[in-house]
Amino acid sequence: MKLFGRKEKSTGEILAGGENAIANKEVEGLSQGQIVRRRFFHHRAAVIALVSFASIILFVMTSLDVKMGPIRIPGWWKWTTEDIPELRFEDCPGGTTGCPTLSLDPRSGAFGMGTHPFGQDDIGRDYFALVMNGTRRSLMIMFVIGAVSGFIGVVVGSISGFYGKKVDSVLMRLVDFIQTVPTIIIAAVIGKAAGKVGPLYLALFLGVLGWTGLARLVRAQFLSLREMEFVDAARVAGASNLRITFKHILPNAVGQIIVVITLIMAGAILTETGLSYLGFGVVAPDVSLGLLISQYESSFTTRPWLFWWPGFFIISIALCVNFIGDGLRDAFDPRQRRRITKRDRLQAKLQNKAGE
Amino acid sequence: MLRYIMRRIALAPLILFGSTFLVYNLAAYANDPLGELRLSTDDGARQQIIALTRDLNLDVPPPIRYFLWLKGILGIFIGKFDLGNTRSATTVWEELAYAIPVSLRLVFVATITALIIGLALGIISALRQYSRFDYAMTFLAFLLFSLPIFWVAVLLKEFMAIQFNNFLSEPNIPIKWMIAFSLFTGLFWSSLFGGERKRFWSVFGGAFATSFVILWAIDFTDWYLNPGLGIILIALLSVGIAFGVTAISTGLSNAAAKKAALTMAGLAVVWYYPAQWIFNNFGSYFTIFILISLIVLTGLGLSRVYSKIDRGPIARTAIITGILSGFLILVDRIMQSWNDYSGTDAVNGRPVPTYGQRKDQLVTEDFWLNNLDIIMHLVLPTLALILISVAGWIRYTRGALLEVLNQDYIRTARAKGLNEREVITRHALRNTMLPLSSLFVGEFLGLISGAVITERVFGWQGMGTLFLRGVNGGDPNLLMGVTLLFAVLTIFGNLLSDLVYSLLDPRIRLGK
Repeated sequence: MKLFGRKEKSTGEILAGGENAIANKEVEGLSQGQIVRRRFFHHRAAVIALVSFASIILFVMTSLDVKMGPIRIPGWWKWTTEDIPELRFEDCPGGTTGCPTLSLDPRSGAFGMGTHPFGQDDIGRDYFALVMNGTRRSLMIMFVIGAVSGFIGVVVGSISGFYGKKVDSVLMRLVDFIQTVPTIIIAAVIGKAAGKVGPLYLALFLGVLGWTGLARLVRAQFLSLREMEFVDAARVAGASNLRITFKHILPNAVGQIIVVITLIMAGAILTETGLSYLGFGVVAPDVSLGLLISQYESSFTTRPWLFWWPGFFIISIALCVNFIGDGLRDAFDPRQRRRITKRDRLQAKLQNKAGE
Repeated sequence: MLRYIMRRIALAPLILFGSTFLVYNLAAYANDPLGELRLSTDDGARQQIIALTRDLNLDVPPPIRYFLWLKGILGIFIGKFDLGNTRSATTVWEELAYAIPVSLRLVFVATITALIIGLALGIISALRQYSRFDYAMTFLAFLLFSLPIFWVAVLLKEFMAIQFNNFLSEPNIPIKWMIAFSLFTGLFWSSLFGGERKRFWSVFGGAFATSFVILWAIDFTDWYLNPGLGIILIALLSVGIAFGVTAISTGLSNAAAKKAALTMAGLAVVWYYPAQWIFNNFGSYFTIFILISLIVLTGLGLSRVYSKIDRGPIARTAIITGILSGFLILVDRIMQSWNDYSGTDAVNGRPVPTYGQRKDQLVTEDFWLNNLDIIMHLVLPTLALILISVAGWIRYTRGALLEVLNQDYIRTARAKGLNEREVITRHALRNTMLPLSSLFVGEFLGLISGAVITERVFGWQGMGTLFLRGVNGGDPNLLMGVTLLFAVLTIFGNLLSDLVYSLLDPRIRLGK
């Protein structure tokens, strides 16, 4: 068999047939779930992101006390956000107070976290505890927004795309309507009405506003999938609308849906921090990462640690979620082929030679 | 099609009515315009309460007051459009008229620049899929996706403004920074060009040496204190541009295009001194417009001189070369004002501002000084917006181009013997632009409304600031003015992006 690849480009040398053969052999006899899982775990960046994400969650959730009604699970960190220990003065640069004790240099005597690894705030509260608490808030808000937007977006998008016509145009104008209502207004209203019930309500309402993009996408998927022959076949076989939706259309759209939800979640953490920064999201005395940054924005020159750490957690969480989403997209995309390595190429060449 | 558009436009007022009604009442609930005054025990406060109640009709309950506001809006049909007054007794219309150009200036520059950078990086990333460059771009895009803009803004203020201004007072680049920066540029270019080991190292070496020499020259001549390009540098760069543009636009094998582009570069050099005289004596936007028109005409003329057939691509190549070279001369002229600008009392040797949109103390008639002032104030917020939005463009472009490159017609184009440049520019890129064009509208709108935070961090008085003033200060009419504008833009932006898509892509039919 002669390959007609372009000579000058070594990466394109192996033909689609050869690549497909490699990729197809790998997934022979596996279910969709197995293929997806397998592909995901071959995506190195996504796996690293998943592990880091899980570790961050574990680290953050166990550090402080978890209170659920009467039950109280103690955390491993010695301070809480209510404690006001004495401000540390010694060894601080340039006459500042409450500098961090975290030391990653094994040669210095003080290797380890120390009493206040991230330093202390103006009145002496432990900044590590504050950042942990803020990260928890942000994580909670992120998951709630993801779940609420995901649910509404999939339901509205499915109905809109499946039934089309009048239903579709009504729902799509609803999408237009929601897009024209500014998020800040809603946040301000909740801030005023629900000052005491707090961030959970904020997250719920942001979720109620955040589904429009997902609904458009699900709708587009449904519009093209419902014209497919396998849907006609199912209908002829007597399947109900519900069965067609859940068994035939949704499984084909689930990849894109999950990816968009991860994007919504990564965006949600930025929305929350942005709103808190403007004073409309989580408000003091509650703690959130955006609020911490906005409070200590001006002390960047003198006490940069108050600024770095909340930012570090925002960025790492958003980065992890983005990479996990990327891995999922590659895993779900049927056209996506695994990256062909040098060894695969060599093997394919040998096989081709043998076949000639 | 027309019916579809009419139907969408006919529905727009309904949506606008619904959303403004909702926002009006929510805002009235969230923020009492008299809140602070009520707490005050001052005598003046009572007077103010009475005055405000009268001016803003606060004695009418919000759902009904909304219709009073709506009456002003509907006045547009009888020529008496009225958005109401603000608390500080200005009309909302005046405030908007001041804020809109400010916001547009900010968002326009940022969107265009981010688009160009993002497209370029995305295209290269897709063409070199799974290369080091591609991985680096993917990581960069995700990192930028994850950055909160206010956080970036604080960093930019610290390192690009405060530290840079400090640096300018004692300009001296340490040798280790020169090496570090040169290493970075070397890595960037070599991974961009890709190829085997030998090519990698030669590109790396070339880029490293070039950037080191440039940095050293900059440091040695104290260029940043008195920047400018000068005629020699402009000549070299123009010739480079001529070759580069020809290579991408028509391919270097097109002799006529190459000649036209080189002639254009030559003309740019010849025009350097006359241009200085024109700029110094007639510096205005109109002059710049005239000069651009001249370049276009010259380009068209050159295509007639050098070729009898297929003049379009030749004219295109010449015009792009001319505009880029002309841009260099313009940049050079603006740079010449740097020293004057830096020396004025208002600037006082700290040319990169961290706050505001203009320096109020800088009172000058000079066209170039004023523009340099505008540009310097744009630098930081634009950079922040670019950093945030370029990530999206890199990812979208990469995804769209990869999708197109897998299509059968690309294989056909290669099979019929087109060279790689033609396959990419003529067949792949044009189809990549389809999905991107409809994203552009959304991205632009998103940036306008997303600029609230940016405006606040950098102290710009744009629409975002008006909006915040409306919400925080309990100024219902101001808030509604901005909300109405955003809502109209969103609705028509959505319609426009649907239309653009269906116009460019005949496979999509709207409203069936």
